[in-house]
Amino acid sequence: MHPAPSVIVFTVFSGLGFGLLAFLGLGIPNVGPWASFAFFFIAFACAVGGLLASTFHLGHPERAIKAFSQWRSSWLSREGCLAVAALLVMGLYAFLVIFFDTRIGLLGYIGAALSIATIYATSMIYAQLKTVPRWNTALTPVYFLVLSIGGGALLAGQVHLAGLMLALAGAVQVITWMKGDTRFEERGHTLETATGLGFMGKVRLFEGPHTSANYLMKEMVHVVGRKHSQKLRVIALVFMSLVPSIILLALPAGHFLALVAVVSHIAGTIASRWLFFAEAEHAVGLYYDKR
Amino acid sequence: MTTLPTQTQKKLGLVIDLDTCVGCHACVVSCKGWNTENYGAPLSDKDAYGAEPMGTFLNRVHAFEVKPEVGPAQTVHFPKSCLHCEDAPCVTVCPTGASYKRVEDGIVLVNESDCIGCGLCAWSCPYGARELDQVEGVMKKCTLCVDRIYNENLPEIDREPSCVRTCPANARHFGDFADPDSNVSRLTAERGGMDLMAEMGTKPVNKYLPPRPKDEMGEIDILAPLLAPVAADPKGFLGWLDKALEKL
Repeated sequence: MHPAPSVIVFTVFSGLGFGLLAFLGLGIPNVGPWASFAFFFIAFACAVGGLLASTFHLGHPERAIKAFSQWRSSWLSREGCLAVAALLVMGLYAFLVIFFDTRIGLLGYIGAALSIATIYATSMIYAQLKTVPRWNTALTPVYFLVLSIGGGALLAGQVHLAGLMLALAGAVQVITWMKGDTRFEERGHTLETATGLGFMGKVRLFEGPHTSANYLMKEMVHVVGRKHSQKLRVIALVFMSLVPSIILLALPAGHFLALVAVVSHIAGTIASRWLFFAEAEHAVGLYYDKR
Repeated sequence: MTTLPTQTQKKLGLVIDLDTCVGCHACVVSCKGWNTENYGAPLSDKDAYGAEPMGTFLNRVHAFEVKPEVGPAQTVHFPKSCLHCEDAPCVTVCPTGASYKRVEDGIVLVNESDCIGCGLCAWSCPYGARELDQVEGVMKKCTLCVDRIYNENLPEIDREPSCVRTCPANARHFGDFADPDSNVSRLTAERGGMDLMAEMGTKPVNKYLPPRPKDEMGEIDILAPLLAPVAADPKGFLGWLDKALEKL
């Protein structure tokens, strides 16, 4: 799949933002109005910024409001509805905390639950696609949730929890890659099933339907960037999980080191998310002799 | 709108005969022509005369080579367009309800004024049947020429999809799969019409007829033994030439 920058920014930052909002909704960290303002500002900037980035790849962003209508069947619609609900509830909660120094526990819990549900819905946009076997697994929501909760804990200053969650995220990431590498073959999608001609013999693309690329190939048959995937996997794992975990669990706490951990985690997560898209093989690639 | 109908009154679709398709791409051209001038946004082309032309098509013809265990390989021309699946994933993933399957005839369509161009329906389609138009920013797909098949302004002979009407090899057939006596149902039954990527569970309506088995070259003719083979032992001038060349 084509690793569009807008979608990478969307999933990475909205994941972090809603992860942090979940912690803030649970009253973590329990600090005064001014410090809370800073936390809420970061959370809303990440969540809203990510959501806005997601509109950049739309053909008609001005019609985005229509995307709230089909929550009965569509994970993308559910994600939009949950995101807006989470932002509204947490917005009210934050308003009361910052300006009236009043915490309404129940409101915060609802906001936290909606934030987690938003992250889950985001992950299901990808996990639901049977056409992309690497994504079409329960590991996809686990990967998104663990990263968001870990990143949220990191931004919420929960040193030990963040350290453990990010170490766990690293483990989940490794399992996702290992399982994902064989998933397409396991599903049994081949050019023989794609054409139905397997009963006659081995099928091979003889001549493509056109000489240059088309939308399908640009969007779903992204093979260019996979050359360095092994190196990128190491980079993603080290910066997303290893470096922040070591800083949080083994080194003395401090603002500078925390900043290093945050920057490293975001950089690593961007690399991981780039691979999430670039390594995902769409079944339609079979028809083009590419995957 | 948002969900798939449990049942449709008709199941309109195509039968594509891989035995007779000659790979001329006439269906591709007529589809592009009709659908650029009629229903919905035109099918755009970018850099049409440049180094990297790229355009929107609702129908494309691949060519595959099939190599059996023994014997020579065979070329199979393979037209591919929307299969109007019964369990169409492209409909349920749509966040706006722009993508829908009609209850009356099962045609899968896009309401272009509701489409936000997110592309998720194209991601959910295993067949590559949907393409986001790069100029209009909306999703385009085969409409089964919905603006032809019911169009009373057209002569009756033209009230079928443009690709079917134009195919010079008669490799494309249009009809109602819900009717067991329709031309398409009978063709499917007689020729073993098959689903593409059945393991995806999309239950495609369109069916593909596999190529018929090639003739076997067994005993050529009962008269063959009576026909003298070409002289294995040449005489006369050829015999002299043969010997002379042999000695060289």
